[in-house]
Amino acid sequence: MIIIVSLLVLLMFISAIAALIFKDLISAVIAACMVSLIAAILFFLLQAPDVAMAEASIGAALVTAVFIIAIKRTTRYEE
Amino acid sequence: MRKIIGIILLCIIAWGIFMSLAKIPFGKSESKVGNYYVEEGRRETGATNIVTSVVVGYRAFDTLGEVTVLFLAAIGLGAVLATLKDKSRAVIEDASLILITGCKFLFPLILLFGAYVFIHGHLTPGGGFQGGAVVASGFLLAYLGCRGDRISKVGSAIFESLGGLTFVVIGMIGLAIGSRYFLSNFLPKSQLNTLFSAGIIPIIYIAIGFKVGSELSGIIDQMMEES
Amino acid sequence: MAFLQDYIYYIGAFGLVFIGLFIMLTKHNLIKVIIGLSILETGVNLFLISVGYITNGTAPIFSKPGLNVREMVDPVPQALVLTAIVIGLAVLALVLALSIRLYKHFGTLDLRKIKELKW
Repeated sequence: MIIIVSLLVLLMFISAIAALIFKDLISAVIAACMVSLIAAILFFLLQAPDVAMAEASIGAALVTAVFIIAIKRTTRYEE
Repeated sequence: MRKIIGIILLCIIAWGIFMSLAKIPFGKSESKVGNYYVEEGRRETGATNIVTSVVVGYRAFDTLGEVTVLFLAAIGLGAVLATLKDKSRAVIEDASLILITGCKFLFPLILLFGAYVFIHGHLTPGGGFQGGAVVASGFLLAYLGCRGDRISKVGSAIFESLGGLTFVVIGMIGLAIGSRYFLSNFLPKSQLNTLFSAGIIPIIYIAIGFKVGSELSGIIDQMMEES
Repeated sequence: MAFLQDYIYYIGAFGLVFIGLFIMLTKHNLIKVIIGLSILETGVNLFLISVGYITNGTAPIFSKPGLNVREMVDPVPQALVLTAIVIGLAVLALVLALSIRLYKHFGTLDLRKIKELKW
C-alpha cells in the first residue's frame, strides 16, 4: 500500500518539474492537469470522496480549459 | 542569480517547516468539534452525508459567502472582457464528424448525470458544487462540437438569479418561523436515507447546483468570444 | 520505512508547495507564473486533508445502518477544502482575463518588459 502511494507522489513530483521545464505553454498546462489528477487519487486514498470528486471535475477539467482558452488569445511559446 | 537566491530561500523555509512538522502526528486527530459533528449530525440535520450536513447545515453562512465570491469573480471577468472585441474575424471551420455526432449524443446524458449528482447530495458523495461543475463541462463540450452557437444570455441570467434568490429567501423564511435564526432548518426531517429528507438541505443544494452550473458556463462563454 | 509511512503525504504536499513557489519566483512569462499559482493551491489543499486523517478510518457517510461512529475521518477539513477549490477556480479565471487584457495593451507577456514600459 505504501509502495503505491510513494510511486504516485513520485509521479506527481515529476509532472510538476515537467511543468517547470517545458517551453511550450500548452505542454506545461497538460502537466499541471496531471498534477491535479494524481491529487484527486490521493484525496480518495485519504478517505475523502467529496473532495476527490470536486478536484477531479473542477481542477482537472475546468481549470485546464480556461488556461487553454487564455493561451489561444495570447502567445503560445515562452520567449 | 535569481534562481540561486530562490533555491537558498526555499531551503531555509523547508528546514523551518520540517522542524515544526515533526511535532504534528499523522493519523491521530484530536478535534472535538469533528467528533461532535459525526456523533450528532444524523439526529440534528437528518442527512446521512456528514460533509453535506457540515457545509449546508452547521456552517451554511460560509457557503453563502463562497457563492458571493464566485458571483463577484464572474462579474469582474465580464467587466474586464466586455470592451475587448477581436478585430480579426477568422473563418469558423466545422468540427469533424465524430465530434459533432458525439456531442449531440452525449450532451443530454452529461446534463442528466450532473442533475443526479446535485439532487442526491445529502445521501451520497456529491452536492451542488460538484454537480454544477459537471453541468459546465457538458456546456464546454457543446461549445467544442457545435461551433458558432452560443447559450442564450437571458436563460443563463434567469437560472443564475433564481438560484441565488432561492438560497437567500429560504434563509429569511428560517428567520421568521421555526427556530428564528438565519438559515435554520424549518422543514420536517423524515426518515433517514430517503430522497425527501433532511429539511431544507436538498432544496439549497439544488439552488446552488443551478447557480454554479450557469455561472461557470457563462465564464467559458465570455472568454471564448469567437463571433 | 516507518519514517516514510508517517510522513509521505506531508512530503508530497510540501514538495508541491515548494515547486509552485519556485515557478512563481523565477519565471518571466505571466502564464507560467499563473500555472505555478495553481500547483501551489493544489499542494495546500492536499496538506489540509492529510491533517484530518485517522489511521484505519473510513469516509464520513452513513450508507449502511451498522457503521461504527468511532472510526470516521474528521469531516471539518473536507468542508474547508471544498470551498477552497471552488474559490481557487474563480480567482484563476479572473487573473487570466486580466492577463488577456494586459497582452492587448502591451503586446507582450514578458514581465521584464512590462516593468520597463512607461505610460
